[in-house]
Amino acid sequence: MLCDICGKNPATVHLTEIIDDSMNELHLCEECAHQKSLQMDQHFGLSDLLGGLAEFEKPAKEKEAAVTVKCANCGLTYTDFKKIGRLGCSECYRTFKKYLGPLLKKVHGSIIHFGKSPFKVARVLDKRGDLQALRNQLQKAIETEAFEDAAKIRDKIKELEKKQPQNNSGS
Amino acid sequence: MKLDDLINHSSEWLKGTGPNSDIVISSRIRLARNLEKIPFPHWANKKQSEGVLNTITDAAGKVDYFKSTVTFKLADLDSIDKQFLIERHLMSYEHAQKADQKAVIIDTEEILSIMLNEEDHIRMQVMQSGFNLFEAWNIINKLDDCLAKELSFAFLADWGYLTACPTNTGTAMRGSVMLHLPALVMTTQINRVLAAIAKLSFTTRGLYGEGTQATGNFFQVSNQVSLGLSEDDIIENINGLIRQIIEQESQAREMMLSRNRAVLEDRINRSFGILKSAHIITSQETIELLSMVRLGCDLGMVKDLDRRTINELFITTQPAHLQKLESKKLSSQERDVKRAELIRSRLIKS
Ligand SMILES: [Zn+2]
Ligand SMILES: [Zn+2]
Repeated sequence: MLCDICGKNPATVHLTEIIDDSMNELHLCEECAHQKSLQMDQHFGLSDLLGGLAEFEKPAKEKEAAVTVKCANCGLTYTDFKKIGRLGCSECYRTFKKYLGPLLKKVHGSIIHFGKSPFKVARVLDKRGDLQALRNQLQKAIETEAFEDAAKIRDKIKELEKKQPQNNSGS
Repeated sequence: MKLDDLINHSSEWLKGTGPNSDIVISSRIRLARNLEKIPFPHWANKKQSEGVLNTITDAAGKVDYFKSTVTFKLADLDSIDKQFLIERHLMSYEHAQKADQKAVIIDTEEILSIMLNEEDHIRMQVMQSGFNLFEAWNIINKLDDCLAKELSFAFLADWGYLTACPTNTGTAMRGSVMLHLPALVMTTQINRVLAAIAKLSFTTRGLYGEGTQATGNFFQVSNQVSLGLSEDDIIENINGLIRQIIEQESQAREMMLSRNRAVLEDRINRSFGILKSAHIITSQETIELLSMVRLGCDLGMVKDLDRRTINELFITTQPAHLQKLESKKLSSQERDVKRAELIRSRLIKS
């Protein structure tokens, strides 16, 4: 396999480049890879990607507001985030929620978590509370026309509703 | 256990057994976790990071699972020690940079390793030999449950586990499978396969993670998406993709056997011959030749040699391992001599 850039030397370095929402496999020789890595920041251009995405579909007024929003817990501003591509603390997710939503959607194709939760272990799960949260999510998904997510949430609700009678009798 | 004791010990994931171990070297699940409200490592001050280290090591001390683990503070390790841990896949290259307030916890079998204050407060991984992601998941899932009882993890009901970089948010899980694909490389089909993988939003990397060379026909395939799918679904998706790649590699091997058996036999046995007779050999050449010998082993062309011995040589011939074996710093030229010596001693039966 020859280098994608110079086309002369054998490609020994294999990189994945992300531009907008498309991923690009790059096969480079050592020399071109070195040149390339100088162009990219340490985070493989991720901060640019994230910054670019965050601007996506935002009216100018909101964009400006985003710059000055600051996390009360850790002091990180949205501008900082755009520069370094990483958030400052867990509270940043709450502070920047409305900007991060579209970003997560772009990166993952979804904004609803379907995996495990730490609370199932830490304390007894309140099934009813959980169901209510899911119903809210479902509403949100339908409003934003995220139909794939909506279908998944519906399945999850059904699953929980099925389990509920046993759980109630058990406790 | 001291760090130097590891040198005489062979990592569990290198044993060369497990499902599809002719093509799949190892399976790994990595989870990222952060403590609620405490700044992520890159944004935390020294005192906060120190606190994170203490909080997590204290919590780990209360969990039975961690009875057979050791904790190494990176500040106490020299550069060879750190390189040694990277070569054994027990920590990332990124983790070794700027050692302050960082640590790595590993268990004696080297199935588990936990990096503290890497990109996230906690980066834990479980490695298994062969194609075995669900087994790795079962182990790490229990471990995560145990830690969740002791620590408050950053988590939002709709977005899942919160990580320093939003690309990991959600399950904060990365499943990776290390594949050995010599036949796809030799039959020049690998580009097509890599392009297909990228289209499906998975990443391919080299032997040592991000941006590293895919030398010796080794490719590490991981999921990219971590939000919107459960852990089981993510693993099922990776498994589906890996099964297809295994199928393609198997077909390519069969094709070469039926069409170019003599060429293949020649290349494998020449590689074996060089490894058994060389007195000076670089790390790069070693990996390339070992890759061919491993293929020979899979195809039954190389006899009296088990996969474990070959797998181990991939690791023990790396620079920091050679220097640990010799217990002193070696120049690059000295290493090339010692490397050849080590390989001969392992491959030539007395
Ligand atoms: Zn080039
Ligand atoms: Zn913050």
